[in-house]
Amino acid sequence: MSRVSSRATPAIQAHTLSKSYGSIEAVRGIDLDVAAGETVALLGPNGAGKSTTIDMILGLSQPDGGGVSVFGGTPAAAIAGGLVGAMLQTGALIRDLSVRELIAMVASLYPEPLGVQDTIELTGLQEAASQRTQKLSGGQTQRVRFAVALVSNPRLLILDEPTVAMDVEGRRSFWGTMRELASRGKTVLFATHYLEEADAYADRAVLMASGRIVADGPTTQIKAMVGARTIRATLPTAELEELATLPGVSSADRHGQSIVLSCSDSDAAIRAMLERFPEARDIEIAAAGLEEAFLELTAAEAS
Amino acid sequence: MSALPYTRFELLRTLRNRRFFILSLGFPVVLYFLIAGPQRSNHDLLGSGIPAPLYYMVGMVAFGTMSAMLSSGARIATERAAGWTRQLRISPLSPRSYFRAKVLTAYLMALLSMAVLYVCGASLGVHLPAEEWLKMTALIVIGLAPFAALGIVLGHLLTPDSIGPAMGGGVALLAFVGGTWFPLTSHSVLYSVAQFVPSYWLVQASHVALGGKAWDAKGWLVVIGWTVVLAALARRAYRRDTARL
Repeated sequence: MSRVSSRATPAIQAHTLSKSYGSIEAVRGIDLDVAAGETVALLGPNGAGKSTTIDMILGLSQPDGGGVSVFGGTPAAAIAGGLVGAMLQTGALIRDLSVRELIAMVASLYPEPLGVQDTIELTGLQEAASQRTQKLSGGQTQRVRFAVALVSNPRLLILDEPTVAMDVEGRRSFWGTMRELASRGKTVLFATHYLEEADAYADRAVLMASGRIVADGPTTQIKAMVGARTIRATLPTAELEELATLPGVSSADRHGQSIVLSCSDSDAAIRAMLERFPEARDIEIAAAGLEEAFLELTAAEAS
Repeated sequence: MSALPYTRFELLRTLRNRRFFILSLGFPVVLYFLIAGPQRSNHDLLGSGIPAPLYYMVGMVAFGTMSAMLSSGARIATERAAGWTRQLRISPLSPRSYFRAKVLTAYLMALLSMAVLYVCGASLGVHLPAEEWLKMTALIVIGLAPFAALGIVLGHLLTPDSIGPAMGGGVALLAFVGGTWFPLTSHSVLYSVAQFVPSYWLVQASHVALGGKAWDAKGWLVVIGWTVVLAALARRAYRRDTARL
């Protein structure tokens, strides 16, 4: 283990990180600090730049601008020291080894790996342990990929959309394991496009859209922000200022004849609105989807 | 933390791939009996001064071992396509250990191919003192070094789809230029080209068996030169190969 890093050193420090592929700006100057021991969700729709960010943190791709350090050193140094374990978004397994052998092979590469048997139990692979990797189901393959990341016993665990190919049961046990790891003081950064996963398992969520970080805060705060509902109604007469002060309403907007209220508490807001403006028609209440929330946040960022 | 278990598991994986194993060992054997069998009593093949069973044994060894060395490229291309190479890149495995595992695995396959063909050669009457066997084997092992590097280069540049035809065609061409199928007549165009191709010097290892000098200074230079250049290219190809596929 490297002695350079102490508890106080942030696990990840990225500043003005940017990366383009041809004319596509995948990541546009982001700043991201992750403290040791934190569990952080990197939340965003497809194409937001999550995987590109992760590739740069892992040293798999070189930033065009800015820089990133991992436990105070370069990504390459952290990798060489065995401080980082990762489950990449895409990836199959190599064939002609049993699950146990594959995990043992990966374990042999790290300075302080977990026990192979412990890892197998932790990931629920007892029954598949002696099977060849090419004979596994999709869900089992995903668990083995998780085991491969886990057996390295890293201080920082990075997971890029880990549950995408998992069934419901797989997801549940996966997050159970993750919770246990987080409680052992591991730093975890995971990318997801499910708000529920971020909400349930992370201390903090970092929202990415179109290569930028559009929000960064405790998951409760992020949830209130993007998990809000909107009320739409045809209401030509009401003043926006008045609508915005109704209980449960965080902001009000007008599109011609209709108004849109973003609500932190849509139940309170609809009662108050109907009491104050009984003439409101064509009322719709909708959960603002994550994509929609992202679009709004990015629009706000741009203007 | 040691690279030895990694090498061990790589060897195990290769030996378990039975289809690949049987085909890559079997093909040169079949060719050998087809070509050398009918000429087993020819003691001076086309004026080369070498008996046909011996000449073709070494020719097929060159063919079989080249294929075995380059087959590491096919395995690498498959691993890359699976995303496994990226997984290795985020482990502490050093490029050196990675190359060592790939090269040792390729050599193991080559040595097996060689051993099988020696047995076939003996069955057609190839008879050499132990010392000559050893010298010849040592030369072939050295002569394979450029192909070890070439396999890694190809594996990191090509896809599993393209590497099959590239290797099949490449090995056939290298074997042809090297004189695997028939001895090259000196002063022909092919002969002067062959001097600069490492496969030619593999086939020339058979001259050892007759007490002659197999490689002159030029032979050593060609083999070492190609090894140095291709090893540098292999390093470069591996270093650059981090993108998602």
